Amino acid sequence: MDNNTIHLKIDRHDLCVPEGTTVLEAAESVGIDIPTLCHVDLKGTCIKNAPASCRICVVEIEGRKNLAPACSTKCTEGMVVRTSTLRVLNARRVVAELILSDHPNECLTCPKSGECELQKIALKFNIREMPFNGGELSLRKREVTASIVRNMDKCIFCRRCESVCNEVQTVGALGAIRRGFNTTIAPAFDKMMVDSECTYCGQCVAVCPVGALTERDHTNELVKDLSNPDKIVIVQTAPAVRAALGEEFGMPPGTSVTGKMVSALRELGFDYVFDTDFAADLTIMEEGAEIISRLERFLKGDKEVRLPVLTSCCPAWVNFFEHQFPDLIDIPSTARSPQQMFGSIAKSYWAEKMGIPKEKLVVVSIMPCLAKKYECHRPEFSTNGIPDVDYSLSTRELARLIKRANISFEHTPDGEFDLPLGESTGAGVIFGATGGVMEAALRSVYEIYTGRTLAKIDFEQIRGMEGLRHATIDLNGFQLKVGIAHGLGNARKLLDNIRAGKNEYHVIEIMACPGGCIGGGGQPLHHGNSDILKARMKALYDEDAAKPIRKSHENPYIVKLYEEYLGKPLSEKAHSLLHTHYFKR
Amino acid sequence: MKKLSVEDLEAIRKAAESDLLLREKSNSLLSGESSGLSIGTDHMQLLVCGGTGCKASSSAAIVGNLHKAIEKHGISGKVDVITTGCFGFCEKGPIIKVIPDNTFYVQVKPDDAEEIIESHILKGQRIERLLYKEPETQKSISDSKHMNFYRKQKRVALRNCGFIDPENINEYIARNGYLPLSKCLFEKNPQDVIEEIKKSGLRGRGGGGFPTGMKWELTAKQKSDIKYVVCNADEGDPGAFMDRSIMEGDPHSIVEAMTICGYAVGANHGLVYIRAEYPLAIHRLQVAIRQAEEYGLLGNDILGSGFDFHISIRYGAGAFVCGEETALIHSMEGKRGEPTIKPPYPAEAGYMGKPTNVNNVETFANVPVILEKGAEWFSQIGTERSKGTKVFALAGKINNVGLIEVPMGTTLREVIYEIGGGIKNGKKFKAVQTGGPSGGCLTEKHLDTPIDFDNLLAAGSMMGSGGMIVMDEDDCMVSVARFYLDFTVEESCGKCTPCRIGNKRLLETLNKITEGKGTMEDLETLETLGKIIKDTALCGLGQTSPNPVLSTLENFRDEYIAHVKKKECPAKQCKALLTYAINPTKCIGCHMCAKHCPAEAIIGTTRKPHVIIAEKCIRCGMCVSRCKFDAIVIC
Repeated sequence: MDNNTIHLKIDRHDLCVPEGTTVLEAAESVGIDIPTLCHVDLKGTCIKNAPASCRICVVEIEGRKNLAPACSTKCTEGMVVRTSTLRVLNARRVVAELILSDHPNECLTCPKSGECELQKIALKFNIREMPFNGGELSLRKREVTASIVRNMDKCIFCRRCESVCNEVQTVGALGAIRRGFNTTIAPAFDKMMVDSECTYCGQCVAVCPVGALTERDHTNELVKDLSNPDKIVIVQTAPAVRAALGEEFGMPPGTSVTGKMVSALRELGFDYVFDTDFAADLTIMEEGAEIISRLERFLKGDKEVRLPVLTSCCPAWVNFFEHQFPDLIDIPSTARSPQQMFGSIAKSYWAEKMGIPKEKLVVVSIMPCLAKKYECHRPEFSTNGIPDVDYSLSTRELARLIKRANISFEHTPDGEFDLPLGESTGAGVIFGATGGVMEAALRSVYEIYTGRTLAKIDFEQIRGMEGLRHATIDLNGFQLKVGIAHGLGNARKLLDNIRAGKNEYHVIEIMACPGGCIGGGGQPLHHGNSDILKARMKALYDEDAAKPIRKSHENPYIVKLYEEYLGKPLSEKAHSLLHTHYFKR
Repeated sequence: MKKLSVEDLEAIRKAAESDLLLREKSNSLLSGESSGLSIGTDHMQLLVCGGTGCKASSSAAIVGNLHKAIEKHGISGKVDVITTGCFGFCEKGPIIKVIPDNTFYVQVKPDDAEEIIESHILKGQRIERLLYKEPETQKSISDSKHMNFYRKQKRVALRNCGFIDPENINEYIARNGYLPLSKCLFEKNPQDVIEEIKKSGLRGRGGGGFPTGMKWELTAKQKSDIKYVVCNADEGDPGAFMDRSIMEGDPHSIVEAMTICGYAVGANHGLVYIRAEYPLAIHRLQVAIRQAEEYGLLGNDILGSGFDFHISIRYGAGAFVCGEETALIHSMEGKRGEPTIKPPYPAEAGYMGKPTNVNNVETFANVPVILEKGAEWFSQIGTERSKGTKVFALAGKINNVGLIEVPMGTTLREVIYEIGGGIKNGKKFKAVQTGGPSGGCLTEKHLDTPIDFDNLLAAGSMMGSGGMIVMDEDDCMVSVARFYLDFTVEESCGKCTPCRIGNKRLLETLNKITEGKGTMEDLETLETLGKIIKDTALCGLGQTSPNPVLSTLENFRDEYIAHVKKKECPAKQCKALLTYAINPTKCIGCHMCAKHCPAEAIIGTTRKPHVIIAEKCIRCGMCVSRCKFDAIVIC
């Protein structure tokens, strides 16, 4: 007998599983769907929460006095498990009724309605009345931040958000406070989120099973602006949105819906539909130039120059290093994020070109991200009180708006982005996946630095879902060492090394969310299925491969922008419009 | 200071022995004659209880006054005043024991010091008014061994409490202290030590009753660079204080036991997790650790054996749930004190993810004596599956309140009626609650059950850490269940649903019943919900918290039904269900009740029977306490 194989019986199934398999996983493998609530395990990423605390998944195990949680009970040799005895079903129902007894009955107006995992449990368990009604709800805080809405009355204390915020992101903004019935999740000392170290990455929102943590909704604001004849409303869409939006309309994960999305946005009434990918190409021009400049100074022995260059596209990551590594704020690239580059170019170059007064122009972004909502409100991204980007909607909000506007998304014909700010290269598209910004940068940096054409455009060695990846790229004999981290916990590891003087990289790409923007806090909910993330990632790389132009510096409208307006990368004008500075928080 | 060798240890024992000899001898003294310096006694000792309880009743001032009196009479060389740990008979504290005549003075006040020295120490005249009187016979008893409270006790874990000076390591050594450790280090290999503990049948005294030897073996088997020994001193059961008393009265036994355990399981680090609200126990432990380190009985190369062991103290903030070992470990790691599921057991992955052996204070206190006297000696005490003794904190409606230690297998009747001296004020026994807040209430029919782990469990209660609260006919069992549940609701960490919300719902239902708003369905809810909480909760706290409700429902169902159906509280405790009235044949119309009624609910003219207006009455009981004619009737 193989030592690492375990034999057990679950209901009528005899099965063999590898050692370390949980009862839940074993049951899943034979098609038994044990209900769970607190449990989440986004396989292939570090997102995992298995506190065994909700007790929804309890099963009967022969020889044990009490029911055991399937999610975190490991299979043992000869185990006999029963997943649907009367004792189990009763216990699960009572546990669910208890949770419901401390949860407001606000399903009709709850933003999570329809996606709520507690709602699904109530339905599955056929709960028709509330036997424990009458008990008071504990008093908990509500808060509306720029990105996230916190309504802790709805919290069921599954602690997924706490796990993600502490274990995965190592931000530590959310944790359990108080005890017993009054336990709640909050920043330390029950502070408000705005006063905490929260980066607004939105991963807590992405895993919250109920409506306790949701995005700040901007759809009503948008509808108002769209129906105002005095406003010119333009939109930019981030690369990761097109790889996920289809899921909201029942399409399989990984369906690229770029064309349909463009048409739908036009149908919604946007005057111009542009692409953040254009700004991604612009980012590569500026960031690439900065990399080359810092490298050249470094190679010349300039002691002032600090390496590595850290990417700065991700607003949650920017918040993270401002809060957690204020001593390192001169290391990240000063290049603004694509969203903000787009905003400042739209409200300067494009508005001037079109003769549109700034105050009439509304720039909206559709992002896979909740931190972008916060980012566009940072004061440094406003000129004379007018924000470069007025507000940002998440992929989920866009889907809701499309549904609300009776647009039959599946049947919408493909449309094309408007020019010039809608033209992009394959390099801009892959910004949405971990490693994508680095790959896009390498395509341009290689050619600009060495003066040679890349033999192979794909840098496959830096793609994938590993939390920390690295590679060495030969630049005309100079060995460029690059590192990639996604998830802020992984970023912390790299930054701790840099702080300790043990840096081994020249350039590092960091994205706050596991998988990069495709796994962003504003994306359709993955409900714990990591295959969805992989499919979205593939969609982006496929779109890149199909693009006629795949290097940012070859985008003809980027070339034109520099010729007509900016001059050269890192020029004075480029600096004032496309670069930023950071703050110690 | 020079580190001790085994020979040095022996020399200290010999030297300190004479001091203790006086005490040992007087313990076995049979004659009741008193001694005094002027009637031929050369040397006398005064043992003054320095436990937290007696200290709170000024025992430190007593010690000060005794010293002053001794100096005044110029007898300094002839009388020692020794502060000891707890004698156990806390209700009668502060306690002073006079050696060598073994006189046991109770409820001594600082002002009594002078008289004790002048009458007793000098002239050999016992002070009658400070002697203990048996409640039934009102006869004075001078020697504690003749008191019912002590007669049936067998002090193993408490062997040194109230006997030695806990801050003097030499006295501990004189009682064969650290001898078991040196025997282990030089004559036994770790496996032998574990075997001995296994053979003794010692089970964990903290509540679970897990076999200690097996626990040690589990940790010993783990391969790891670092292992830990943790002493669980987070005594959280309300009213239980045996662990505190042991640490205050015999801290070296814990230091020694932890070191032995470290040797057995292969750990070099020991941690004591103790609640910060035990300052005296912390102080005595700190002193003991320092003294042991100075002697080389703790630290590197103990007694030259090559074995290293270090102990440090970690403070808890007093959360009940932190007594659960996984929660305790999280708390020590600086995390939120809440339990995680087992396996993995702490023996596999405990403190900082390393193999960790967690034992409670009382369990550890038994270890040195088992190794000194042998597993066989220990296993002769007790019942078949529960060996040794158990310390109980006896409280409630009982005559003799205090800390007692009895062999396992002693019946509840013996404890309550012999040691405890029966129910206070001649009332009728109703129930005894064992096992702390998550134990159950046992009744008359359980009185002859021999107390051990398994019997208590079978009766619907548990050993817990040894709380024992006696209730009489005036106690309402619904209120009792509500009281305990109130505690567990307060102390739940909030992690799992059944404990966080389920217990809260149980409590709300109980509240409803005591307010007279309960229905028969509520009783059913209590039962089904209680059972499901037990079946689904994550840790021991949640799995046992419905016990008080379930056991009272089973044993006192009539009382619940009276609350629900007749809206009556038979014990007259549930205020909402009481009606106050005035018996007109007894009332003389003195108007005292009306004068003091805060709700102005009593009317009447002078010298005429008064009347209580039921709608206005807030049932505060003020009228009852003011009426001198027994005219107020509660029904």
